[in-house]
Amino acid sequence: MSDASVSPPLQSKGASAGTGTGVARPLGDRLMFVVLIVVGLVAPHLVYPTFLMKVLCFALFASAFNLLLGFAGLLSFGHAAFFAASAYVCGYLCRELGVTPEVGILAGTAFAGLLGLVFGQLAIRRSGIYFAMITLALAQLVYFIELELPFTGGEDGLQGIPRGHLLGLIDLSGNLTMYYFVFAIFLAGFWLIHRTIHSPFGQILKAIRENEQRAISLGYAVERYKLVAFVLSATLAGLAGATKSIVFQLASLTDAHWHMSGEVVLMTLLGGLGTVLGPSVGALTIVGLENLLADKVGPWVTVIMGGIFVVCVLVFRRGIVGELRALVLAPKDEA
Amino acid sequence: MTIFGVPPQLLFSQLLLGLINGSFYAVLSLGLAVIFGMLNVINFAHGAQFMIGAFVAWIALTQFGVNYWEALVLSPLLVGALSALIEVSMLRRLYKLDHLYGLLLTFGLALIAEGVFRNFYGVSGESYDVPDQLAGGVNLGFMFLPLYRGWVVVAALGVCLAVWFAIERTRLGATLRAATQRPDLVQSLGINVPLLMTATYAAGAALAAFAGVLAAPIMQVNPLMGSHLIIVVFAVVVIGGMGSILGSIVTGVGLGLVEAFTKVYYPQASGVVIFLIMVIVLLVRPAGLFGRQA
Amino acid sequence: MKSKLLIGAAGLAMVLVGAVHAQVADGVVKIGVLTDLSGAYSDLSGQGSVVAVQMAIDDFVAREKPSFKVEMVYADHQNKPDIAANKAREWFERDGVDMVTDLVTSSTAVAVAKIGKEKDKIVLVNGAGSTRLTNEDCNDVTVHWAYDTYALANGTAKTLVQRGGKTWFFLTADYVFGHSLEKDASDVIVASGGKVLGSAAHPFPGTDFSSFLLKAQASGAQVIGLANAGTDTTNSIKQAAEFGITPKQTLAGLLVFITDVNSLGLKATQGMYLTEGFYWDLNEETRVWSKRFFEKHKKMPTMVQAGDYSAVMHYLQAVKAVNSDDTRKVMAQMKKTPVNDFFAKNGRIRDDGRMVHDMYLFEVKKPSESKGPWDYYKLVATIPGDEAFQSLSASRCPLIKK
Repeated sequence: MSDASVSPPLQSKGASAGTGTGVARPLGDRLMFVVLIVVGLVAPHLVYPTFLMKVLCFALFASAFNLLLGFAGLLSFGHAAFFAASAYVCGYLCRELGVTPEVGILAGTAFAGLLGLVFGQLAIRRSGIYFAMITLALAQLVYFIELELPFTGGEDGLQGIPRGHLLGLIDLSGNLTMYYFVFAIFLAGFWLIHRTIHSPFGQILKAIRENEQRAISLGYAVERYKLVAFVLSATLAGLAGATKSIVFQLASLTDAHWHMSGEVVLMTLLGGLGTVLGPSVGALTIVGLENLLADKVGPWVTVIMGGIFVVCVLVFRRGIVGELRALVLAPKDEA
Repeated sequence: MTIFGVPPQLLFSQLLLGLINGSFYAVLSLGLAVIFGMLNVINFAHGAQFMIGAFVAWIALTQFGVNYWEALVLSPLLVGALSALIEVSMLRRLYKLDHLYGLLLTFGLALIAEGVFRNFYGVSGESYDVPDQLAGGVNLGFMFLPLYRGWVVVAALGVCLAVWFAIERTRLGATLRAATQRPDLVQSLGINVPLLMTATYAAGAALAAFAGVLAAPIMQVNPLMGSHLIIVVFAVVVIGGMGSILGSIVTGVGLGLVEAFTKVYYPQASGVVIFLIMVIVLLVRPAGLFGRQA
Repeated sequence: MKSKLLIGAAGLAMVLVGAVHAQVADGVVKIGVLTDLSGAYSDLSGQGSVVAVQMAIDDFVAREKPSFKVEMVYADHQNKPDIAANKAREWFERDGVDMVTDLVTSSTAVAVAKIGKEKDKIVLVNGAGSTRLTNEDCNDVTVHWAYDTYALANGTAKTLVQRGGKTWFFLTADYVFGHSLEKDASDVIVASGGKVLGSAAHPFPGTDFSSFLLKAQASGAQVIGLANAGTDTTNSIKQAAEFGITPKQTLAGLLVFITDVNSLGLKATQGMYLTEGFYWDLNEETRVWSKRFFEKHKKMPTMVQAGDYSAVMHYLQAVKAVNSDDTRKVMAQMKKTPVNDFFAKNGRIRDDGRMVHDMYLFEVKKPSESKGPWDYYKLVATIPGDEAFQSLSASRCPLIKK
């Protein structure tokens, strides 16, 4: 492919600053987690819990996506496939076989991971635009398979997924209880992503993103690292999808449509590519906007989403968190 | 007499329909291929430009009494001009960045276009009548072919061949191809490369709009008509070889036929077959069937 | 001992207070209209349904002067079950909505019926047609009001077979409604001595039906049954004419609304048989109501929109009668009271949730027979409710004990 060395890879400038000074970082991170947990525990008493649960699911989805795009530099335009496939598997198991929700979610997540392995093997061989196109095609395959398979219900969707009893004991039909379960899942997934980013593995991913040739020349099995990142990203996207299917008790084709893939790109881009909190902030903003505006402006919501996309790509590439970070760290950054 | 269990009448009529669909794929993927070849941008807004082309024709007809033939010229001009504006004001700034930003920008623009038209026109579709000169049909024996659909094949493929000829066999085309390879050298020869790029983007969009006008009497003119097609057209371009003009045309028509074939024998797979082929081609021959290795 | 007495007294007091306050919670009855405002079915329901429900509320308040307020909210579900389900959930959980109605597109109706059961709120379905709502997916908070695919099949399909259309091929919308209609119609056709040669399922909503229509043509069937609705039906009819399929083969629109006839024109639809539950020009009562509707909406009402008015009015009257918006009480009252208004004659709600009422078989007039816009139908037969709808003995609803 042409001048990949001339144009900077898809990233935000704030990302490299994330792993900077060794002392400040762990403290800052711990503070971030504490704040997150406190806010998360209090929030459902102030805000409609179902809305929060939607935000959390999408925040996890976007964070998983960001792992691939912001840190490994791979734009997948087919992540909806993992989100939806997991939702269908989880929903089917819970509804037809009566498994408890945590088993359903684990099964869905595992399936998404498997799907990620298969897709990853096919897609990783290519990069850039081709990679995006392959993932899009594969996601369309999943979409059409889900449309035709009898058990998914096609256009009707998989309806009536029970909330069930967590571990057979805790009834999840109450919104508050369900919320805390979802919050726990989100924290687990988020923590996993955080650990991955700040691990040696994460460093190598960043190195590959910055200059793949150099990483290869240093002896790293680049393809394998990319594949691991892809599978991890797919698995966590699946975790988000399965959880969402339990929350809303429905899995539908909307989850698998490429618009959904586009939406998760938007959330990540808006929130801040390559930052840890960015995707969650983006998810909160987008889901919040949709919720707020849907009743008032109807179809204009799509226009606004598109407008945000355009603005982000043109002048706001670092996203909300990226810009904030640049503002805060500006003096040390350009050293 | 049946062919694999299907009466020949059914098979041939479906293949003819596939040829018609394939002509649309060909024109649309041609525009995409031209834009990608020249600007290295995946124009996600292509489907929206197609849709706007159809809507311009419909609005022109219902509000201003502009007839179909006039719309065939007017719509591409308008959409081309609009797209030129977009290229100059927004797209141009992204050329020095990763190509994926271009994809994301055009994706956002497509959402805006779709949303605006949805707001004003809903999604159930407006009907656009076949022009009188092309009404009626011809009995081909194995099926009754509406004249208009036959016209679509002729017009679409005619335009495709004209564009191919212009790019591969004329001096302008040679300049374009040179500018794709070495824009700096071409610029130093005194050719205004940025202008060339704007013109290319506008031309690609105009092609999409032309296809939109062709499609108006067949598909219902509705804001979602582009988004249904665009993903398929991406697949066509990738299979054909991104940047290969001939590749897009041949692949477009070919895939229309394959899709029709699938509809006859295994209808449930007709949506999937193109993507399946794309995955296989990408694995076996990554540059596409007609593509040149980058 | 004393503490037990106190607790007991407190409990008793609470029960007494509760009984006294067995009234409409917050003094407001909130009705949600969940419909398709911009898509394939927006003409036959959509904004017109919102208008009809508002009319019902206004008429009720003006006539009955109730002690509670009545409010309406509405939303566009875009024919997607996930959007509908999430909206209904939000309305029930957060916004205090007591009842949801319209619900065109069967997949949304089925989804919302489940949510209604979960949240114990009433769901009155007018737009959707699938018989699953009173069979496999029935529950005790959902009423299927206006029509269903069984009645349509019984009316249109049966008549056509009797008049000579023995072989059929179906063009089916690929979701629960289309399949339900195809199945119910096939059963009727076979029972009446006809044969089904095959079917082709098209995506919902569709735009280009040419390849499916050509399959229908190749089958050689006398009748091509259109198991779809709204713009899918009108486009199928238009494209069939384009490809020369009609008039050699007959097109049977299994679900056709007056708005479809209006958009296609009498020339294209003359002679078509269709089954509806309502027609604006049926009698003096329907004319009076429909003219009032026309003034607000500028189009004559379809059976869905008229059904919305009828259902909401019946509901509000029940709420007033029991002076409460408690689901159990209102539902019991609704089932106890017969439905006799401009929309339904001899109507009653059965235990499977089916509102049984007379249906009508119409034939579309020739252009020469029509005296003006919207004068489209002539009445061929009235099908009494018990005959039109599936009998309880054949019901697959778990609530019906055999």
